Amino acid sequence: MKRIILKAAALATGAVLLAAPSFAAPVSDVAEAVTAAAEAAPAVPNPGNNAWMMTATVLVMLMILPGLALFYGGLTRSKNMLSTMTQIGATACLAMLIWVMWGYSLAFGDTTYEGTLGLFVSGGSYFLSGTDASSTAATFTDEVISKYVFISFQMTFAAITAALILGATAERMKFSAVMAFVPIWLTIVYFPIAHMVWAGGGLLFEDGALDFAGGTVVHINAGVSGLVLAYLLGKRRGYPSEPMPPHSLVMTMIGTGLLWVGWFGFNAGSALEADGSAGLAMINTFVATAAGALTWMVAERAAGHKGSALGFCSGVIVGLVAVTPAAGNSGPFGAILLGIIASLVCYVFVAKVKAKFGYDDSLDAFGIHGVGGIVGAIGTAVVYQPFLGGPGDGSTALGAQLGVQVFSVLVTIAWAGLGTLIAGFLVKLTIGLRVDEESEVNGLDISEHGERAYN
Amino acid sequence: MKFIIAIIKPFKLDTVREALSGIGIAGMTVTEVKGFGRQKGQTEIYRGAEYSTNMLPKVKLEIAASDDVAAQVVETIQSTANTGAIGDGKIFVLDLASATRIRTGESGETAL
Repeated sequence: MKRIILKAAALATGAVLLAAPSFAAPVSDVAEAVTAAAEAAPAVPNPGNNAWMMTATVLVMLMILPGLALFYGGLTRSKNMLSTMTQIGATACLAMLIWVMWGYSLAFGDTTYEGTLGLFVSGGSYFLSGTDASSTAATFTDEVISKYVFISFQMTFAAITAALILGATAERMKFSAVMAFVPIWLTIVYFPIAHMVWAGGGLLFEDGALDFAGGTVVHINAGVSGLVLAYLLGKRRGYPSEPMPPHSLVMTMIGTGLLWVGWFGFNAGSALEADGSAGLAMINTFVATAAGALTWMVAERAAGHKGSALGFCSGVIVGLVAVTPAAGNSGPFGAILLGIIASLVCYVFVAKVKAKFGYDDSLDAFGIHGVGGIVGAIGTAVVYQPFLGGPGDGSTALGAQLGVQVFSVLVTIAWAGLGTLIAGFLVKLTIGLRVDEESEVNGLDISEHGERAYN
Repeated sequence: MKFIIAIIKPFKLDTVREALSGIGIAGMTVTEVKGFGRQKGQTEIYRGAEYSTNMLPKVKLEIAASDDVAAQVVETIQSTANTGAIGDGKIFVLDLASATRIRTGESGETAL
């Protein structure tokens, strides 16, 4: 196998040299030989696609560190800044290691199971066995990309999804509890959902659910999991009677900007190629977000308040979340519509409805990612339609697609909710989820990490 | 000698300082402080969560003055820091027992 690839590579190099204008040689013979070799040799990744996917992967990494760390960190009180950022960083690292051990296997492994099991997980490829630098992964066309690049790209998704949950549990969850919860949660919640939605043979993939970059897998999943874990943890001491204003909206604004920039890797990278579909995802990631940001500020004015910086940041994130499942599945104006609607729904939910419930989702992981994700996932059925400029060919009726999308949302909510309940209880019954009262009052920075963010 | 403490709105500091220089006041101590009085605090809103802060930022001036200019100092601060709105602040006057200039050891009004 290796020999064939080497031979093909040598021939291809020769062809490039010969094709140069200064080299007038019997091109036809070589071309024939290349064609013959191409039939026998496996597909070789296009360097352009590979380069874009490597870039997209590190852009998603930028979303986590420092993007999400600053976004969440700024929203906490100053005594919990380091704890929030460190939990995010450590969670991402843990997710990366687990991904290469068994995560990739369960989500996208080479062994596909027959029957019911295959709807939920795959197998094989444990510790990336059987993968080397020449291995390739399929894209949505005839092209391939290097498998290590695909594995890395998907790795960052697992890492950011686990980190997103920490917004709901901030300022009171033990560091050790986070480290114990994340591996269990990834294994029983994230990997199966990623398989269901994105892997061939997966339950929702085969059902025809549209989720371009992770509206269900990442955002509804993280939002619902955060909500359940927030319930298990209980409210922060003093919430909601004591003021807990964000300690630095400047950091939150910086984090918002980094998240937006990184999100181009997240959304446009989900095309798995540097093609037109990636371009569509890119423009949608601009315009839906812009619409979401301004809509939130307009909603604040309409409610009789001032248009705020935090409102702007919240609207940016809602727009990004909502356009995630629709990124390559919508025209630009459908994406704007989605950004506007999701922003309005999330504003009403976070600013008005949330207070009526008794839970403490510290940084609104559910209110923004969960609710925005649900609006985006269901709305994708609408904006996909050709009458709104979507890329759909109209072969699936709007009603039928809506049914498929709602089903995928419900499955994700149920799976994430139940899985988090199991993982959360396991940790609660063994090492406990929450820091003690004194540690919480002193702040998690000093009590959990022995440092202060600001001296 | 009198010791004058004035709590004023922060944006009036420069106007008051210039006016006091104009009547020969050569020194003062200025501190940023927080407090409340009849003026209610302000409301902050973060994603719909409303917090009313009852402490407002003010500036505190401390001025030591001889008996004959003390009344003029009070009057100058009162007229320049005045906006007519609630929250303009207060002026307190205390008797000052002694004053000493650390560098020379002078005491009494010559130390002011």
